Amino acid sequence: MMRLHLLLATTAVGLALAASPALAQKKYDTGATDKEIKVGHINPYSGPASAYGTIGKAQTAFFNMINDTGGINGRKIKFITLDDGYAPPKTVEQARRLVEQEEVLLVFNPLGTPPNTAIRPYMTESKVPQILVATGATTWGEDPKKWPWTIGWQPTYQTESKIYAAYILREKPNAKIGILYQNDDYGKDYLKGFLDGLGDKAKSMIVSQVTYEVTDPTVDSQIVTLKGSGADTFFNITTPKFAAQAIRKAHDIDWKPLQFLNSVSNSVAAVLKPAGLEKSVGIISANYIKDPTDPQWQNTKEYKDWLEWMKKYNPQGDTQDGLNVYGYTVAQTLVQVLKQCGDTLTRENVMRQVANLKGLELPMLLPGIKIDTAPDDFYPIEQEQLMKFNGTIWDLFGPIINARDAKS
Amino acid sequence: MAIDRKRLLLIAVLVGACVLPFLLTNYRNFQLTLALIYAISILGLNILTGWNGQISLGHGAFFAVGAYAAAILMSKAGVPYWATIPVAGAVCLVAGFLFGLPALRLEGLYLALATFALGVAIPQILKYKGIEIWTGGVQGILLTKPRPPEWLPFRLSRDQWLYFVTLFTSGVMFLLAHNLLQGRIGRALIAIRDHPIAATAMGIDTAMVKSMAFGVSAMYTGVAGALSAFVVGFVAPDSFNIFLSISILVGMVVGGTASIPGAIFGGLFVQFIPNISEEISKSAPWAIYGVFLIVFMFLLPMGIAGALRMLLVRFKL
Repeated sequence: MMRLHLLLATTAVGLALAASPALAQKKYDTGATDKEIKVGHINPYSGPASAYGTIGKAQTAFFNMINDTGGINGRKIKFITLDDGYAPPKTVEQARRLVEQEEVLLVFNPLGTPPNTAIRPYMTESKVPQILVATGATTWGEDPKKWPWTIGWQPTYQTESKIYAAYILREKPNAKIGILYQNDDYGKDYLKGFLDGLGDKAKSMIVSQVTYEVTDPTVDSQIVTLKGSGADTFFNITTPKFAAQAIRKAHDIDWKPLQFLNSVSNSVAAVLKPAGLEKSVGIISANYIKDPTDPQWQNTKEYKDWLEWMKKYNPQGDTQDGLNVYGYTVAQTLVQVLKQCGDTLTRENVMRQVANLKGLELPMLLPGIKIDTAPDDFYPIEQEQLMKFNGTIWDLFGPIINARDAKS
Repeated sequence: MAIDRKRLLLIAVLVGACVLPFLLTNYRNFQLTLALIYAISILGLNILTGWNGQISLGHGAFFAVGAYAAAILMSKAGVPYWATIPVAGAVCLVAGFLFGLPALRLEGLYLALATFALGVAIPQILKYKGIEIWTGGVQGILLTKPRPPEWLPFRLSRDQWLYFVTLFTSGVMFLLAHNLLQGRIGRALIAIRDHPIAATAMGIDTAMVKSMAFGVSAMYTGVAGALSAFVVGFVAPDSFNIFLSISILVGMVVGGTASIPGAIFGGLFVQFIPNISEEISKSAPWAIYGVFLIVFMFLLPMGIAGALRMLLVRFKL
């Protein structure tokens, strides 16, 4: 806990120095007063995506801790979290309720690409920040001019696949690549990043591209096709069930390419175990946030602080669940943004500050990962680190890679 | 005398409905608009289930078809929003009629399952890549919300305007339903529901009437879908999951089966009760919703409309 406060305090001091004296006067928009800041939040507590409800509960618990320890610049956070059941019409209704009825200063971390897409025009028109949204689609940072009130948080799918592309170009320039991807936006987003990352080489390096539908029972035949194409490198862009099938099938038909597995499916428990741990050895993936089940973190101060917070404020939460790390870390990002706002708690200043995060390091991000934004850079996290599966856990290796550098 | 009272009540309700949006915030107007949209779809299901006795657990599918028809027309063909309403209705009329033909062979629970299949299938069908250029796939279609027209003599907010568009549409749809159900066709529907053999013996073309009931019912739901498309400003497969179908059914039963005004109460229930439940408990909103539902079923077994009718009779109003 101390470490966290120290960290936040030091960054706050740095920023206070940067702030101009003109800020001495207090300025408020709807949703902020001397006493409190109203933060709106939308999460699927019910419906098909209700597993993600964990995030909202973790964030509620986190802001309880912030309030118990004095709030932000002396103001308490009033965290209003609503359920949309992952149904876009309901998201629109809840966003309007937050803005018009509850009168929040901003809407924080709504979850899912369709729900966020549904509310973006409304948020833009009402000039209310829709910040640090919980989706990996690329669209959230693509056009800050057109959508100046919306910003993402986590690395996009394209960011991640550019990192793999950069690695392949460097380590295996003559690779013959086979790709399996899910035929929807998520799969295509990954694919696009990968193709962009390979650049001119894409045509000569990629020997086979196959797809599957979410409704397909298996991807066995696709794996056989990929093997038949003579590929020696495999990029596996699949959701957990299919990822496990693909890994197992490749092993069973004795196809031994260098495998890249998208982070969507890099859970040891949900994917690698069902696929067979010994069949998964050597697979490469990428990450930006600490996995709470990974023993290498469990003796660190950062992990212990997180665990202490979990026990005290979120005792029902599962300490194995990465979503509790996710919720904690996004909430810390918001705290930093609000600290930077100082006494100018206007919606415009919130956007200015969220686009002015410089080298922000948070305890549960991988060491070295920094959050950086600018008025023309609406992609907060653009760095990830590669990791290789050793049969028990993921071994991080190599430097922190920035997708921007990876491009060239 | 009784008729005069009824007419008076109707006028009072209409005047109230026209004044209300000026007293409420835009957010509340938006919610009321959604409630009216649900009411239209509930009325549609009521024609099929309440009057004709055919159970559907998949009306969300027709809602989706109507919404997508409107969204595609608006975004790809530039059709003005109001013109999409009749087109969406017509598309769903045909779709419902065609679905009704094979469904004729299915009775009761089997029909319920067949329609359930339609309801669960629709979100995935909408994601199918072959039609992605029109439907926008998983991402759906974003629409610009219509503005109040320039020719209005007074200024309305966008939400007030959409409320009135929806109010007008529902007025037309309710009037149509009234005329349809009070006459020959209404009696035929009820006869088939209560005694199909006797109905056939009396010369009713059972197959035709049942299929038409399916078509008309789908048309109502499609009109509601079209309204929801531009009122919400966005359609996506996730908007039309199976829960929508169940909600429409719940609204019908709670409002009152085989009752025209019941649909309005049903719409209000579907729109507002989940919000109230969430207000009461964040961690188990659906448990609270369940309690509401059970209480309603116990206290008002004939739905809200049925209970009101009983009250009127008891106090000889």
